[in-house]
Amino acid sequence: MSNALLISNLTKTYANNVSALSQVNLCVKQGDFFALLGSNGAGKTTMIGIICSLLNKTSGEVSVLGLEQSKNLNQVKRMIGLMPQEFNFNPFEPIEEILINQAGYYGIDRQSAKARAETLLKRVELWDRRLDVAKSLSGGMKRRLMLARALIHDPKILILDEPSAGVDVEIRRSMWEFLKELNEQGMTIILTTHYLEEAELLCRNIAILDNGKVVEQSSMKSLLAKVAKQVLILESIEPLPLVFPNFNFSIDKLDDYSIQVVLDGISISQALGELSLKGIEIEHVRSAQNRLETLFLHLTSKER
Amino acid sequence: MWIAYKTIVVKEVLRFSRIWVQTIFPPIITTSLYLLIFGGLMGERIGDMQGVDYLHFIIPGIILMTVIQNAYANTVSSFFLSKFNHSIEELLISPVSYWIILLGYVSGGVVRGFTVGLGVFVAVSFFVDLQIYSIGIVLITFLLTAILFSLAGFINAIFAQSFDDISIVPTFILMPMTYLGGMFYSIEILPEFWQSLSKFNPIYYMVDSFRMGFLGSSTTDFSVSIMVLTSMIVILALVAFYLLKKGVNIKT
Repeated sequence: MSNALLISNLTKTYANNVSALSQVNLCVKQGDFFALLGSNGAGKTTMIGIICSLLNKTSGEVSVLGLEQSKNLNQVKRMIGLMPQEFNFNPFEPIEEILINQAGYYGIDRQSAKARAETLLKRVELWDRRLDVAKSLSGGMKRRLMLARALIHDPKILILDEPSAGVDVEIRRSMWEFLKELNEQGMTIILTTHYLEEAELLCRNIAILDNGKVVEQSSMKSLLAKVAKQVLILESIEPLPLVFPNFNFSIDKLDDYSIQVVLDGISISQALGELSLKGIEIEHVRSAQNRLETLFLHLTSKER
Repeated sequence: MWIAYKTIVVKEVLRFSRIWVQTIFPPIITTSLYLLIFGGLMGERIGDMQGVDYLHFIIPGIILMTVIQNAYANTVSSFFLSKFNHSIEELLISPVSYWIILLGYVSGGVVRGFTVGLGVFVAVSFFVDLQIYSIGIVLITFLLTAILFSLAGFINAIFAQSFDDISIVPTFILMPMTYLGGMFYSIEILPEFWQSLSKFNPIYYMVDSFRMGFLGSSTTDFSVSIMVLTSMIVILALVAFYLLKKGVNIKT
């Protein structure tokens, strides 16, 4: 599979000498659903800004579908759709106009743009609001407007910078379904998010940025496999004993009916079996901490 | 590229049309008041200027003043606001060339200048019997003036960091230059030193040519005026393009 995005030795130092990216190398395969994670200020938005020509790079190269950005800027721009983190539309413009204008900038005539805007606005459930000015929309609606706008020119690569910030659970789920659909149709999607559950659910590959450097890049599966330790909350319908015998895992009583266990090197079924042998029957099992979150915190130095 | 250009122009025209109460109507009222007070009430006492009565003398200058102010105001406010609300990013991520962006915004300024100028002309026509000596000279001068000040507004917007910055130039530079450019008087009545100094003011050439288009008399050769205006347009267009391409105050 060829590369959708190839970043080589990308460096960005701002005028005030703040280094946002330092010799970053990154590769995203065509058709991938890729997560770009990092804490605030890690350099994610700077990297996206450079890929989308909103920021000037200090050095390095960005290639999109085999084309070097510095030599084929307009072709590269045509292949990328961006949904930025901050709202960046004219709040006084009707939302249908925002989409039609954006299509016009890509050379799509008004009639075709109108038809495409209708399809997209219906898909993101904003068609009924098409004549309203953007400032009248709620935060979640504004995000969906930006998603529709990013897709108006049918890009090959969709970059989403915190797409679900401020979006309610129901809409977030429907947005995820839409993104999965787009990815299944062959669109490469690059996503930055603070909801690690979102990245774990949607993305196949992942890179973690920390202080302007890539500290991890691999498949989601192999990355999660590195998390040997699992923290679980187990619940029983019978009152739990006051004192627990020794187990092959550590155990903390939370209340009369629930315990927290830390599994290091043993599976959940082994743990449940050991508890059952001692007459403790567990009815519900849930994760106390997202696995990716555990790893993320470790890699970005917060729990090192 | 044509579609992208058309999109920017239509967007710009819709923008100022939506807020016509702020953009189109007030200059027509203000200008009509100027004509009533300076031309109608005080004009008779002033007498003739450059061979015509004072009211007819000041009409071309006043129409051109509205063109200058509105062409400038359109690009400066529109481009600055697009920076302020970040909607400029819609253009920056797209494959629209910098020349098309510049041309689109300047065209928006020209259309607003024309709309308001025409509005003032029509309003004045109700009260004064207006004669046009050469429609060609009127239109050429209007077009060059509107392009020049749309470009100037665009450059102001690129440098502007706050709303104060977009009002400083019109108030402290544009307004004095307009008033001292022979809008209310013929420079022939000035002492020789001030006459020579006035010739460094580009607005003098615009007002003089525009007046020639209406009255058929001028104090400078029309071809000199065209040359001055065209040279200034070329210089400002190159400066605006350079700043835009470099991303001054737009890209970091």
